[in-house]
Amino acid sequence: MTELLSPYLNWLPAELSWLVITLISIVIILVPLFIIVAYYTYAERKVIGYMQIRIGPNRVGWKGLLQPFADMFKLMFKEIIVPSNANTYLFLVAPVLAFAPAMAAWAVVPFGEGVVFSNIDAGLLYILAMTSLGVYGVIIAGWASNSKYALLGAMRSAAQIVAYEIAMGFALVGVLMASGSLNLSAIVEAQQGGVWNWFIVPLLPLFFVYFIAGVAETNRAPFDVAEGESEIVAGFHVEYSGMAFSVFFLAEYANMILISLLTALMFLGGWLSPVPDLIGDGPFWLVLKTGFFMLLFLWFRATFPRYRYDQIMRLGWKVLLPVTIVWLLVEGVAVYFRIGPWFA
Amino acid sequence: MWIETLIFYFFAAVTVGSALAMITVRNPVHAALLLVLTFFSSAFIWMLLEAEFLAITLVLVYVGAVMVLFLFVVMMLDINLAVLREGFVRFLPVGAALALGLFTMIWYAFDRARLDMIGAPTPKPADYSNTRALGQVLYTDYVFAFEAAAVILLVAIIAAISLTLRRRKGTKYQNPSEQIRVRKAERLKVIKMEAEKR
Repeated sequence: MTELLSPYLNWLPAELSWLVITLISIVIILVPLFIIVAYYTYAERKVIGYMQIRIGPNRVGWKGLLQPFADMFKLMFKEIIVPSNANTYLFLVAPVLAFAPAMAAWAVVPFGEGVVFSNIDAGLLYILAMTSLGVYGVIIAGWASNSKYALLGAMRSAAQIVAYEIAMGFALVGVLMASGSLNLSAIVEAQQGGVWNWFIVPLLPLFFVYFIAGVAETNRAPFDVAEGESEIVAGFHVEYSGMAFSVFFLAEYANMILISLLTALMFLGGWLSPVPDLIGDGPFWLVLKTGFFMLLFLWFRATFPRYRYDQIMRLGWKVLLPVTIVWLLVEGVAVYFRIGPWFA
Repeated sequence: MWIETLIFYFFAAVTVGSALAMITVRNPVHAALLLVLTFFSSAFIWMLLEAEFLAITLVLVYVGAVMVLFLFVVMMLDINLAVLREGFVRFLPVGAALALGLFTMIWYAFDRARLDMIGAPTPKPADYSNTRALGQVLYTDYVFAFEAAAVILLVAIIAAISLTLRRRKGTKYQNPSEQIRVRKAERLKVIKMEAEKR
């Protein structure tokens, strides 16, 4: 990405131009992300609306297309209320702590061949580290609000995220074994040669574990016990209003898009074409695959009832984790004997 | 290079400052959060040493998992701060002795002459993989130490579980496999009957 911009800025001193290019690249990644997040909320209301035989938002703009902006302006002009006995500093820092890792994780995500902000060697580990940091926003928000419901939501979230992170990490170990690299671009390159060479074929159980754990990590239905609006009002963000509240949602939707994109990159060959002889590779494949998983997030919410807390724990520790361990053993054997086109 | 020096001093200051604040603040939740900050900023210092695998693992394991559970426990406990502050004088000699011992060890480890003898680490080429190098050493030269550490951790896990595993009588816990095995015929009976006349 840096190479594209540097010819236009070589009149600046070297270190300053590097800084400017970095800032411009960040804007190029984050501004479209915010717009996608805004329309993802609109898509969510529309898709779930049609699934429940309703129309969904249709008043602001043509077919309700300006609804996200109306919501945004409403939230911006609302007052941020700090509860009287809350810890003010931590209360205001919590949304930032949820938001910052959700944005930072995008630094290593490749969008096409060579189109990546920072092509670091340990990209997969970095993503895992950043997504695991998001839980602090939830925990601190729950504690600093000084409210029973908020604390209950935070406690649920802490236990849930730690449980599913382990299954998620083990699923990624499988991807790492198959590709032999922690670099996300190299992982995509390792799946070259059509749909049969994608990692979803040899790693099907890990694919399911990863996506289920991803849904749980983002606190989305049917794993949204941290929010649990029918049991604990709104969980960790019950005391938040205005922009402080919407920053939590910005982080949540950015994380949903990130999980969808990563699933597409690591299991479905990212920007690679399923039939390379007929249609070439290109970024539109990545958009298509990511869009499918983004739709799944909404579909889950319209379909499944919320899991009970003990069932979530059982699924994480007693079902998903053993599945990954067994499949890692299978994969180890496959790698040792160099089976198929994947481990050759 | 001055940027790197600047970054180092910034994160070194944050690390030392937050570590100091961690042992002096009264509120245990604040102390745990400051410990998180200490871990996080020391990860950046490791990153400057080109140990990116260790730095990211520090964030992933300690910040992302261990401290989350720590906070979980600290928030759940209703800690009486007055009791915690008791016995400061009683434990002072032990604490002072420990601090002195630790300080002497650091003093010897960071002896100027010895540091000069080792010299600054030479920068590795761009394609050098810290992760691969670490894995190769860990699973060949140090494989027995690695396995021993794993066994010790396993023993600790089993010990922790066996300490807390007890079955109270009269709890109504569910057995998921029994719930799944239930058939319609066991629970539901369809009866045909005439409509009652009024």
